[in-house]
Amino acid sequence: MSDTVISIENVSKSYRLGTIGTGTFRGDLSRWWARQRGKPDPYQIVGLADHGNQSGETIWALKDINLNVQQGEVLGIIGRNGSGKSTLLKILSDVAAPTSGEVKIKGRIASLLEVGTGFHPELTGRENVYLNGAILGMSRQEVSRKFDEIVDFSGIEQFIDTPVKRYSSGMHVRLGFAVAAHLEPEILIVDEVLAVGDAEFQKRCLGKMGSVAKEGRTVLFVSHNMTAIQTLCQSGIWLDAGQLKEQGYVSEIVTTYLRSSLAEEDINERIWTDIVNAPGNETVRLHRISLQPEDGKPGDLITMQTPLRIEVEYWNLLPAVHLHATLHIYNDRGVLAFTTGAAFSSDYDLYTQPPVGLFRSICHIPGKLLNSGFHRINLMLARSNTMGSFYLEEAIGFNVIDTIQRKIAWFNREPGVICPELPWEIEYLGNRGIG
Amino acid sequence: MTSQSLIDPNDTWTKIIRPKRGLLDLRLRELWRARELIMLFVWRDFVSAYKQTVLGPFWYVIQPVLTTIVFTVIFGNIAKLPTDGLPPFLFYMAGNTIWNYFSACLISTSNTFTANAGMFGKVYFPRLSIPISVVISNMISFGIRFGMFILFLVYFMLAGSGIHPTWWILILPVLMLIMALLGLGIGIIVSSLTTKYRDLQQLVGFGVQLLMYGTPVIYPLSTIQGAMRWVILANPMTPVVEVFRLAFLGVSAIAPLFLLYSAGFALVVFLAGVLIFNYVQNNFMDTV
Repeated sequence: MSDTVISIENVSKSYRLGTIGTGTFRGDLSRWWARQRGKPDPYQIVGLADHGNQSGETIWALKDINLNVQQGEVLGIIGRNGSGKSTLLKILSDVAAPTSGEVKIKGRIASLLEVGTGFHPELTGRENVYLNGAILGMSRQEVSRKFDEIVDFSGIEQFIDTPVKRYSSGMHVRLGFAVAAHLEPEILIVDEVLAVGDAEFQKRCLGKMGSVAKEGRTVLFVSHNMTAIQTLCQSGIWLDAGQLKEQGYVSEIVTTYLRSSLAEEDINERIWTDIVNAPGNETVRLHRISLQPEDGKPGDLITMQTPLRIEVEYWNLLPAVHLHATLHIYNDRGVLAFTTGAAFSSDYDLYTQPPVGLFRSICHIPGKLLNSGFHRINLMLARSNTMGSFYLEEAIGFNVIDTIQRKIAWFNREPGVICPELPWEIEYLGNRGIG
Repeated sequence: MTSQSLIDPNDTWTKIIRPKRGLLDLRLRELWRARELIMLFVWRDFVSAYKQTVLGPFWYVIQPVLTTIVFTVIFGNIAKLPTDGLPPFLFYMAGNTIWNYFSACLISTSNTFTANAGMFGKVYFPRLSIPISVVISNMISFGIRFGMFILFLVYFMLAGSGIHPTWWILILPVLMLIMALLGLGIGIIVSSLTTKYRDLQQLVGFGVQLLMYGTPVIYPLSTIQGAMRWVILANPMTPVVEVFRLAFLGVSAIAPLFLLYSAGFALVVFLAGVLIFNYVQNNFMDTV
């Protein structure tokens, strides 16, 4: 047990909701005075029940967390917004006290809940490196010794003697991270610092964190970037509503976490059994629309590799009228990624006379085509002569997960509305032209 | 406490975080280790104070002289308050110089929590290092003001105004310490309370102003008689200001022994302040 460096025992943290007191001395005094005279509270919000000063509602940001972190472990912490990730890091950083429980830490701890904490705008970059280093716990000699390395890492040599207030926000972050990256703590706590800075810098930050981890230091890392988490960490914990929902190997945790977050916002299948209330018009009524992996069922995990099948079932109410389904696939930025329709298909036969009844159209979307992120599909059912078309917005919605383990360190979503895998060839043409 | 540490002697935790820190767990060793940080904060305050100002450090020189001139005109020439027979300009400058250090300490430490909430919420370092650094950096501006005062004092002495500084000038460091402890003590008590009551902040500037009139800054103690004298003497700043005048201008109506009262008062306020501050810092992130 001697290699446990962080031991978290039954840690809980509660916050009281709403304002405690009126926030001003004058306010509390006049409230007290009103109570003494039996008058209503002058600071009472009209229409709200009187909670009084004593009984504010409490919310548990963390509840009974038990966790041991071993020496050299790189632990990823995932969870939705408000699940308690940041609160946990704050407690570990000794910035907020737990409501109950105990945390024991072995070794020098450095936490990066923010980069560039305490930067003074009037001071130059050089001066702020010393100041920030000291705030983070470095001695003056330590900073002096690493100063060139820090400046080099930040990549802003030319501006090091410029007041920080003239820096762009990107430069601010670079310098801040550069200082923190040279802390050499035994335990490093990092909270979503990767959300800032450009791709090149993010790459450098992750590389630095990776090398810190390789040196046998313990790293706790909070991020919403699953690719980064999976690349950097071996183990992971999943916090949900302040509780430790699961812990284990990071790849398993990430997969279960992603699958659970799917269920919330996704609509993979919709069925209308009653033809009268089904969406549609006098020409057509929708019976069912579903989306699933080719070899799966609605609700299964969809990654960028997964081939998909979309089924549309509808009642054709008029005889001898051709109906065809068209799908408009939008990405989460509201960009129409592409349109596909049954009428575009060479198999589609305009010349038969379809009877009245239930039809099923199936669309196959190959894997390695869609980009990652949330997608919405709008459905259009149109008559062959385009009259009387029926349009259903956001018929289905689904998330495409990026789980590619890339050979290059790029942890963000690929740019572009689609991300097809296309055949590439690399040929060696000899050393012609080199000399 | 830890059952593990009983079993395995190598298992030494370097830090244990518990919900409530003991009232007396002041973490003084951490504060001592942060002395370099404190000096960096002092340096930061000093450098940033006059960067970007046209007059630069010159401000520190102009301000006390202007204030003294205003005091001399209003209280000396218009209100005609007595000055123990001293040249009014020197009399007011002495009071002003010494009072200013105390009021600066009090006012600038009284917003420790609210002004640094952003930093306190992101990284841990001994919180007391901020107010302590403020008290030290105020010494720099005091030094400049004091230098100005000495210049004028020498000028007046050479001009033959019959002023004789006494050996009490050696007690100046003690006066500084008393003011630092008192200003810091009250300041951090206020800053602890402002985490709950923001409007106390407004009260501070006003309160310090009032306190100045309750201290023999613009009038000598010798003019106050009767019951009022005891009220003024109960003010721990009274002996400090009076002894300062005794030391440098050679005239005062106070027995220097009263300084012991000031020192005791300052020490009590300071200790109370540290305890309250320590208690509040533990949980202030949830309330601020």
